[in-house]
Amino acid sequence: MVIECKHVWNHISEYLDGTLSEETRETVQKHLDHCEICSAILDSTRNVIVLTADDRVFELPVGFSERLHARIALELMAPPD
Amino acid sequence: MDSRTPTRSEAETIADILAGKTQLYHELIRPYERRVYMMALSYVKNEADAEDIAQEAFVKAFRNLSTFRSEAKFSTWLISITLNEARDRLRRQAVVRLESLDDPPDGVTNVSPALLRDWREIPSEAVERAEVRNLLQQAVEALPDIYREVFLLRDVEELDIKETAQTLQISVSNVKVRLHRARMMLQKQLAPQLRAVNRPQKRRWLAWS
Repeated sequence: MVIECKHVWNHISEYLDGTLSEETRETVQKHLDHCEICSAILDSTRNVIVLTADDRVFELPVGFSERLHARIALELMAPPD
Repeated sequence: MDSRTPTRSEAETIADILAGKTQLYHELIRPYERRVYMMALSYVKNEADAEDIAQEAFVKAFRNLSTFRSEAKFSTWLISITLNEARDRLRRQAVVRLESLDDPPDGVTNVSPALLRDWREIPSEAVERAEVRNLLQQAVEALPDIYREVFLLRDVEELDIKETAQTLQISVSNVKVRLHRARMMLQKQLAPQLRAVNRPQKRRWLAWS
């Protein structure tokens, strides 16, 4: 089966997660093998996911942990309601 | 003392805390500090408020620990407390968040990606550049709430699809749809931007001169 680029885009996320059915995956794969635009979209999506997931992108504020545990320590000392 | 302490199950730790060893709460929450903060930040987009919400959520979770049902995962329960806290806070502050009203309901329009002919991999070291970090942060923050939540849990905090669905109390198929849209929106926004900042340094120097 041959599918258009637009349909391939709908499957990119599940393709990356490996959750497509075998049949759909093969159809998408065949398209990707000869379509440079869809291949570039797939590669760039994967790349964007890897970069945004990097721990260095979203960091805890400096001292977050210390302040949190100080607050918890206060709570633990408080008499129960 | 007990050398097996670090591998104690969460259920055991929670039982001990409820039995009076409250200091163990510090250990119980350590693995989740970042996730709770990130979820709070995804709502308020302001570090100080997000920190405040995260602290409140951890305190509330402690106060309500006896209501935690052991068949659920502690992390899932904790995130739902965090999300409630964040939503409450926004309601109290009566902050008008236009973009929330603009959240497209599931089932409408597909997101078209940015069309490229080739993609040269941007290495992870690129995130050491503040310029690149800012682009990534802004793109994630600009996602509509319902997509950002799913993206953060699934792709940043690396929960699986089922856990993400449970945490947000939505269906697995909704998680897949929202995740797909979030990823496509990020690709659309970021691929051209990242490609531009990743051009050879020489060109940028020329542009500055």
